Formats: sequence, C-alpha cells, structure tokens
Amino acid sequence: MISQLSWKIGGQQGEGVESTDRIFSTALNRLGYYLYGYRHFSSRIKGGHTNNKIRISTEPLRAISDDLDILVAFDQESIDLNAPELRPGGVIVADAKFNPTIPEGLDARLFAVPITAMAEELGTSLMKNMVASGASWGLLGLPLDVFNKAVEEEFGRKGAVVVEKNVEAVKRGAEYVLEQAGGPIDAFRLDEADGQQKLFMIGNEAIGLGCIAAGCRLMAAYPITPASEIMEYLIKHLPKVGGTVVQTEDEIAAVTMAIGANYAGVRSMTASAGPGLSLMVEAIGLAGMTETPLVIVNTQRGGPSTGLPTKQEQSDLNAMIYGTHGEIPKVVIAPASIEDCFYDTIEAFNIAEAYQVPVILMTDLQLSLGKQSCEILDYDKIIIDRGKLVREHEPLEAGQLFKRYALTEDGVSPRSIPGDLHGLHHVTGVEHDEQGRPSESALNRKQMMDKRLGKLEGLRIREAVRSDAPHEHADLLIIDMSSLGGTIDEARIRLDQDGIKTNHATIRQIHPFPSEQLEPLLHRADRVLVVENNATAQLADQIKLHAGHADKIRSLLKYDGNPFLPVDVYHACKELN
Amino acid sequence: MATFKDFRNNVKPNWCPGCGDFSIQAAIQRAAANTGLEPEQLAVISGIGCSGRISGYIQAYGLHGIHGRALPIAQGVKLANRELTVIASGGDGDGFAIGMGHTVHAIRRNLDITYIVMDNQIYGLTKGQTSPRSSEGFKTKSTPEGSIETTLSPLEIALSAGATFIAQSFSSDIKQLTALIEAGLNHKGFSLINVFSPCVTFNKVNTYDWFKEHIVNLNEFPDYDPSNRIGAMTKIMETGGLLTGLIYQDKNRRPYEDMITGFRPEGLANQEIALSREHFDQLMAEFK
Ligand SMILES: Cc1ncc(C[n+]2csc(CCOP(=O)(O)OP(=O)(O)O)c2C)c(N)n1
Ligand code: SF4
Repeated sequence: MISQLSWKIGGQQGEGVESTDRIFSTALNRLGYYLYGYRHFSSRIKGGHTNNKIRISTEPLRAISDDLDILVAFDQESIDLNAPELRPGGVIVADAKFNPTIPEGLDARLFAVPITAMAEELGTSLMKNMVASGASWGLLGLPLDVFNKAVEEEFGRKGAVVVEKNVEAVKRGAEYVLEQAGGPIDAFRLDEADGQQKLFMIGNEAIGLGCIAAGCRLMAAYPITPASEIMEYLIKHLPKVGGTVVQTEDEIAAVTMAIGANYAGVRSMTASAGPGLSLMVEAIGLAGMTETPLVIVNTQRGGPSTGLPTKQEQSDLNAMIYGTHGEIPKVVIAPASIEDCFYDTIEAFNIAEAYQVPVILMTDLQLSLGKQSCEILDYDKIIIDRGKLVREHEPLEAGQLFKRYALTEDGVSPRSIPGDLHGLHHVTGVEHDEQGRPSESALNRKQMMDKRLGKLEGLRIREAVRSDAPHEHADLLIIDMSSLGGTIDEARIRLDQDGIKTNHATIRQIHPFPSEQLEPLLHRADRVLVVENNATAQLADQIKLHAGHADKIRSLLKYDGNPFLPVDVYHACKELN
Repeated sequence: MATFKDFRNNVKPNWCPGCGDFSIQAAIQRAAANTGLEPEQLAVISGIGCSGRISGYIQAYGLHGIHGRALPIAQGVKLANRELTVIASGGDGDGFAIGMGHTVHAIRRNLDITYIVMDNQIYGLTKGQTSPRSSEGFKTKSTPEGSIETTLSPLEIALSAGATFIAQSFSSDIKQLTALIEAGLNHKGFSLINVFSPCVTFNKVNTYDWFKEHIVNLNEFPDYDPSNRIGAMTKIMETGGLLTGLIYQDKNRRPYEDMITGFRPEGLANQEIALSREHFDQLMAEFK
C-alpha cells in the first residue's frame, strides 16, 4: 500500500482533458483523498498539447511531484512529451486508436485501450473522457460506486439515459484495462483516505467565495489570464446577493469604478494580472491619496509585457510595492494556500476599510489555477470590520463640511458616504485639508502626509510570516511566498533524511514588511535560501532591505515558466550545505 | 426644500475672471435645486483640468479624481448607490482625449448619470495646448503651425455609440443650459451635455462673440424632432456641430441598472452585507 501517487492526462486542448480530470478528481475527493492539481496549458484555446497532473495522497501534500505513476494519453505527442517523467514501473494508458508506442528502453507498461472506439460504440466520441477515467480508476482498484455517483451528479440534468451510458463507459474502460493488467496494480494500491469531506477548488474560486463572504457587492474587471475565473465565479454568484459584475472597457475603468463604488460605501474590487496592474497604477495612487478603501487581486503570470501569459511566475512584487508615483500607504498580502485565498480575501476587505487604503492581494498562476483540496471553510471565522464607517453624523456648522480627513491619533478618520445627511465632504487627489478641500499649506501637507503614511504602522495580518521552525538552530532557513510552500516542505523531508536541519518561513505580508517576525528566524539559521519564481530576486531584496542578514541570504530562482519541483529545491539546498 | 443657494459653498473658484466655467457651475446648482434635490443626494464626480475643479465648488458630495476617469468613477458611485443623483463633469481634454474610451463605453452602458463637458476647445490647466476639439489650423503652444488633425465631433460619436440623451449648450445661455441640465437629470439613462465654455485666457479664436455668431439654437427649427436619430445626425452634420438645444433623446431604453439581474431599487450601499450560514453552506457545497 502507498500513501500517494501522481496521475496525468495529456491530449490536445479542447479534447476532453479537462473533463476527464474533473470527473476523476471529483470522485477521488469524495473518497477523502488530498489532491493537488497542476494544469499545463498553452495560450491556444483549441489544439496544442495540454496536460493536467494530479497528486493523490492520504496526507495534505501541496506540491507537484517530481515524477509520475500513471499517464493517460489521448495522442502520441502526450506520450513523447510526458513519458520521461514516469518513474520506473510506471503505466501508460493510451488510446489504441493511434497505435501508441513507448520510447525505447523506457521502464513502463503500456496499455492500449480502445478509448475512442468504446466511446463511439456507446454513441459518441465525447465519452472518451469517461472511458479514460474509468480505466484510471480501475488501475487504482478503487470502488466503482463512488465514481458512478460522481457521474450521476455530473450528468443527472441530462437524463437517465445519458447517465447510464456514461456509467457504462466508465465500466468498460475499467474492465478493459483490468483484464489487460490482470487486476488492479499492486504498486498503485492507495491506503484508504480519511473519508473526511474536503473542498476541491482553485485559488481563484476561493478568492471569489471570499469576496461574497466579505460582503463585496461589485466587481469591475477586464478579462485576463490567470484572473478571469474570479470574474466568472462572481458573475455567477454576485447577483444572488444583489450585487453585480461589470466587464469594463479596460483595467483603468475597472479600478476607478471600484474606487467610485468604495467611495460610495460599497465593498468593491477588481482582479487582473501584470498588464492590468500596470494600467491601474495611477488610480491606486488616487485611492491612497483620498484614503478610499480598495481591493485589487493580482494573479501573477510570466512577465514582462505579455511575457508568458499562461505560465508560473512571481515577478510583480516590485510593481505592487512601488508602482505608484509619490508616496502612499498600501498593503500587499500573499495568500499561500487555498484556505488563505478565502480568509485573506476577507481580511483584505477589512484592512482596506479599517485603514482606508488600497490592498493588493497577490497570487501566482499555480495558486490561482491549480485545483487543490481545501479544508472545509469556517463560517464563524467570517468577520466583517468596516472600520470607521459611520452613517449618523452631527449637524454641521454653517459653511463647514464633514471632516473626512480629521487628524486623529491612529491617522484613520471617520468616514461618511454620499447620501448621508450631515456627511458632506469633498474628496480630491490634490493635497487637501481635514474637510477635503485643496490646500497647499506646508504645515497641512506635512500633517496629511504623516497621517496617511503613519496609518499602517503595526499592521500585521494573520500569520504575516508563517513558519515551521522546529530547530532552535537551523543549518538552513528556506523562505518562500504564494504557492511554493508545499514544494519546499517536500524537499525538507528529504533534507531531513540527509541530516540537514531546515526551518521554513512563508512571507504572507509582503508590504509593509513584517521584519520583526522574520528577523529572529534569520538569526537562528546558518544560511538562508530564498526561493522565488523570478529572475531578479525581488523577495530576497525585500528581506535584505527590511530584515537584514544580507550576508547569509542566497537565492534559488526559476523563471522558465515552470513551477519549482521538490527536487529543484532539494538540490539547491544540498549545494549550499 | 433646498434652493440653489444650498448648493453653493464658500470656496472661491480659482478660474480666471470671465471663464465660461462659472456659468456652468451656476447652472448645475440651479438645475439641482429645480429638480428637487437635497445636497446630500447629489454626487459630483469630476476629472482633472480647470473644469475639473467644479466638484469642489458645489455644496454636495464631490470627488475630484484623476485625469480622464471621471466617468468610470461616477459609474462606480451610481452602481454602489443608485438612489443618488450622479453628475460627472470635466473638460474636453478630460472626456474626449485621455478619457474618450470611457466616454464611449459609458454611453453604451447607459447608467443613469449626467455627464457635463465643459468644452473650451483647448487645454486650459496646462496652459494652452491643442485639444481633440480644436479646429483644424488652430494655433496653440503644441501646434505652433496650426493643428493638422481633424476636429472630433462628440455629438456624432455619442449618437453612433447609442446615446439616449444628447444636448449641447453655451455657457452664456444660462437659461437654456439650466433647462438642459434639468432635462438630463430627469432623463432615465446616460445624458451627455456638451457645453461651449470659452477659455478667455488661452483660446482667442472661439470666444464668446465667436460662439454668438456661429451657433444656432434648435428652437429655430420648429419641426425638429429630437426622437429621430437620423434627423439628429443630419442636423449635427448640417450645422458643423455648432447647434444648441436637446439634440436627441430616446425615452424608451431602460438604464443599465434597471437591466441587471437581481439588482434591487435600494442602493447597494444601504443593503445588509452579511452572508447567511445557509447561503455559505450552499456555496461551499459546489466544491464537494
Ligand atoms: C495622466 C495625466 N496626464 C496629464 C495631466 C496634465 N493635465 C492636467 S489637465 C490637462 C488637460 C486639461 O484640458 P481639459 O481637460 O480640456 O480641461 P480644461 O483645463 O481645459 O478645463 C492635462 C493634460 C494629468 N493631470 N494627468
Ligand atoms: S485658463 Fe481658461 S479654462 Fe482655465 S480658468 Fe482660465 S479661462 Fe477658464
């Protein structure tokens, strides 16, 4: 019995790779396995090789594995491209239709299953995905009834006949492969899962759900990879709570519309990726200057310019931290798991309103789009804090406005919104006085700058630095952000076996930088390795700038579009020691 | 009930004496009072330019944003609280150069807001460069040999983009201007009101006298029918865009906010935002 294995399906984009993966993994999720998915796709919509890989395990594993156990191939290209990943003794299930062959000398078993032919026999080649997932299921020796239930739910709306045919397709796929293999393959016998119901979702969906839970009622956005799923989720769900999504003419309109709505008292957000973020920069400054709450999600992808639009990268850090002229308070938060995506989104809205600042919630492509298991989310942890938003105000003196920018001890001023009686005030991106009226007074300028820039002092999100630091004194501290933590933890298991003592820190509050939380960890390590998906070590720079210990810090960088594998991190750490 | 004085504040505009923008400010204040608004029910969202300062000169909620973005901000305000009356305002550079994309799409979207352009055919605040509204051959700091680009016709563009309310006026004709702003405020949908507003400091060609001489009032055409789109386009072209009055109105098209699925009449800003446990459980169930 084993505790984890990796399965991959490959084919041409638009050929059923996605749906095979979806049904197969939904059924696994029902059994309580932990899943971690990785989508490899090109920016072509139809055609072009694509593959989805899932890690199946009895324990939470948040990383792609270095190797592969089962490859399902819809075409020869999928075998040629992905077979090298197979570990010795691995299995390829391929459609017999294309007379599959395996590379010479490869230690793998090939099962040619008439996937297309069986589907056509049952009525339509569209059922290829069912035959293929049935064959996979069979090899794992898992109970068919759970699978059939997932099929029933997927196709129930289309009627009993359709369900029946699909169930039959699954059965035939499973039976065929089992006959060839002589029964389920022992090496693939997974331990029983805990049976605990989990959620199976992508980061973008968790963010969308977080928006709804946080009371966001307006999303304004322009489509872009890999952010669009947030918009799609909200288009589906915002109307049910009375809200709406506007697809704007560009990202400048998106962000300024969100600013307008926030100014008028509605939690509103936008989501984009690098190119859109670049367009939003001037408006982010407006939000900072006018102390208007704002939430922006930046789902990072390969830059610069159009870059690698469908690939993994973490290269917008500097743009998010520094990308506005002048000086404003701004918060950059980096969720590091699906659960974080949900809870941090709620926290982002709370911070935006409590501190009256723009907040950027950053992800990377793998976190945004990789489908993963997620613990059941806790309703009781949904807390809405609207800060100093008040709706009842004292009558104003003649000729006076509401002091929207009143100088207060914590720098945050009471906030009225349009429509409020006695709440009239002016808002301008020009330097202004307490009532919001333009002012060039040097004294006022200094007071207002200090007020705005001082607001974030001491702001720390939940687990600003998340650490797993078992060693009082570590040989190595590994630091990461966003989606990389699981990969690092897997490398650490192997390093531990080699006798190398590692601690691990994930930076979740990127800006303002939580130096005091990280510094002690830096102090307790001989060496520090900062792992990030960019070419210029942007996270390492932040660490050196704010927390010091520059002499100990080394970087592991990857910017070829692919996510890190545990083996990459393992080798880099070995080299350092 | 509020009178136009209630929409006045004690801030002295920093416009040059004689600038056309003064009358536009007064017309907005009168129209607001005439339509029965209270100051707190009105939000004036403006762009950047001499004209953009207007939101600070009206006693109402006001937001002076960034150059060219008054319209998306104003649309955000309206979506957040449809109970408010929202006016967007700015210069011709703001709305027809840097913000042109938003103008066309705001027209298409047709939210119930009133957009007042203070059109002086030049950039005032940056001290006299050419604008998309400048005439061909017009000499400015940035076009010392005279502009070699064609003049943009916002009225034609608005009509083509599907505008449901298009009017044009002249800042000297405060009576007509006030009436048109009132009509715009009462119109259910997006209203574009382009107002010739002479820049006495930098535009020595399109002066008060020049406009008086060149513009025609649609009153002079008793048969003119503002519900006829083709007729409107013809009239705009015939007059070279130098006409004033209500040019086009489509009273049938519903505003955007009336067409959004599930959008309630009560402003979003006034609605409860907490999610029920049941609803949350339903949302989670989709991922099981
Ligand atoms: C992004 C940006 N670019 C340039 C400017 C400088 N700027 C301020 S106002 C303006 C144009 C003013 O012309 P218009 O919009 O017609 O308004 P007016 O001053 O004539 O009323 C320019 C170019 C700016 N504020 N922001
Ligand atoms: S420069 Fe022109 S537009 Fe600006 S205030 Fe003076 S007259 Fe008015």
